[in-house]
Amino acid sequence: MRFVWVSLLSLAAGCATTGAGGDMRDPRDPWEGMNRAVYSFNDGFDSVIATPLATLYRDLLHVEIRSRVSNFFSNIQDIFIGVNNVLQGKFQEGVEDWARFAFNSTIGLFGIHDVASDMGIEKHNEDFGQTFGRWGAGSGPYLILPFLGSSTLRDAGGTALDLYVAPLPQVRPIALRNSLFGLYFVNTRAELLEASSILEQAALDRYVFQRDAYLQRRRSLIYDGSPPREREQVNDTPDSSVK
Amino acid sequence: MNMRKILCLLGAFLLVPSTFFLVSAHAQQAMPPDILVKNVTTEVVELIAKDKEIRSGNRAKLIEVIDAKVLPHFNFASMTALAMGQNWKSATPEQRKHLIDAFRTLLVRTYASALAAYSEQKFDFRPLRAKPTDTDVTVQVRVLQAGAQPVPIDYSMEKTAAGWKVYDVVVGGVSLVVNYRTEFANVVRNSGIDGLIRDLQAKNRTLEQKK
Repeated sequence: MRFVWVSLLSLAAGCATTGAGGDMRDPRDPWEGMNRAVYSFNDGFDSVIATPLATLYRDLLHVEIRSRVSNFFSNIQDIFIGVNNVLQGKFQEGVEDWARFAFNSTIGLFGIHDVASDMGIEKHNEDFGQTFGRWGAGSGPYLILPFLGSSTLRDAGGTALDLYVAPLPQVRPIALRNSLFGLYFVNTRAELLEASSILEQAALDRYVFQRDAYLQRRRSLIYDGSPPREREQVNDTPDSSVK
Repeated sequence: MNMRKILCLLGAFLLVPSTFFLVSAHAQQAMPPDILVKNVTTEVVELIAKDKEIRSGNRAKLIEVIDAKVLPHFNFASMTALAMGQNWKSATPEQRKHLIDAFRTLLVRTYASALAAYSEQKFDFRPLRAKPTDTDVTVQVRVLQAGAQPVPIDYSMEKTAAGWKVYDVVVGGVSLVVNYRTEFANVVRNSGIDGLIRDLQAKNRTLEQKK
């Protein structure tokens, strides 16, 4: 898995210089040519394999069961959400994340019940990409990763680290690890079925719409929902210092 | 002493209805923005919950509800102008009218899908943090979902003569107006403002056919 990641990243870096962006270059997206190619690859994979699988999964399993599955994976992630909160100096949030993990893993039966939320300990959203951003790293160019979708140079590094430390890849035997990965992937895609059909409706150019939404969303997440006000953008020169 | 009490009571009785009328007249004009958002959201969600046709997927009827209950509180001219950015200045009044119409139709359809997908969630209406003199405020609502981080929805609202109007919706940190800005700018650069109007209208027609 690690090897795959390293080769994907170097592939991305290798293509970077050759990927021409066409005539409507956006300073935040200098690799648009390459990105659009990966985007259409992902899109093909999604419509032929991922969406049909996720739809089947959604139709076969009751919402209660699917939500237990989501809770299980979400609980494991709370460990490193806590680590990232602490790395960003948000100690109280970090302790809350670990308290969530403690309660949900025990009373919540290995995380399948989110009892912590019922107790009023709210779930957070953190990852290494956000931590790097909080530490002052700019987003770098927009980047579409094979299978994983929207990212930036900074967030791709963050995702690589997220995966490197995540408990799931360490699971043995391999067959169990792969089944868990499969379940995680299908369940996550199923959660996004509604959202992706709304995106399809709203956008004139899905690539652009999704890119801008991703960049806005990440900026908001880095500042935990209240990013500093940007000066009013002028159309032709979108702010290249977007975090 | 007794007489005084009676007079006081009488005064109170006379006063109460008149203040009541004052308040309701005032409410018509400028209901506080956070109360407005809460009332409209609650009303629409209840309407959907009660309506079997809408719940079984009658999109046209849902759009009717949105048209009647939600649209009056949006300022689509502002939204379109903000999404157009600099290009708004070069649009003729005729083009502006078409742009506002087409953009409104697209947004209403998107809004209807979002509402159909998420209307069963719980909403948490945040208290408004603004001064009474403010004319531009953000009303915050959070959609609570089991086992996940709540999704914040921020309504940017401006005070107008006809009450508070929404001019942008920010979902999970993503501003709708900002998100359309690059898209619109790209289309205008390639095929002009009329091209954008054509694209929007074509998009709406496709959505109409898909029902």
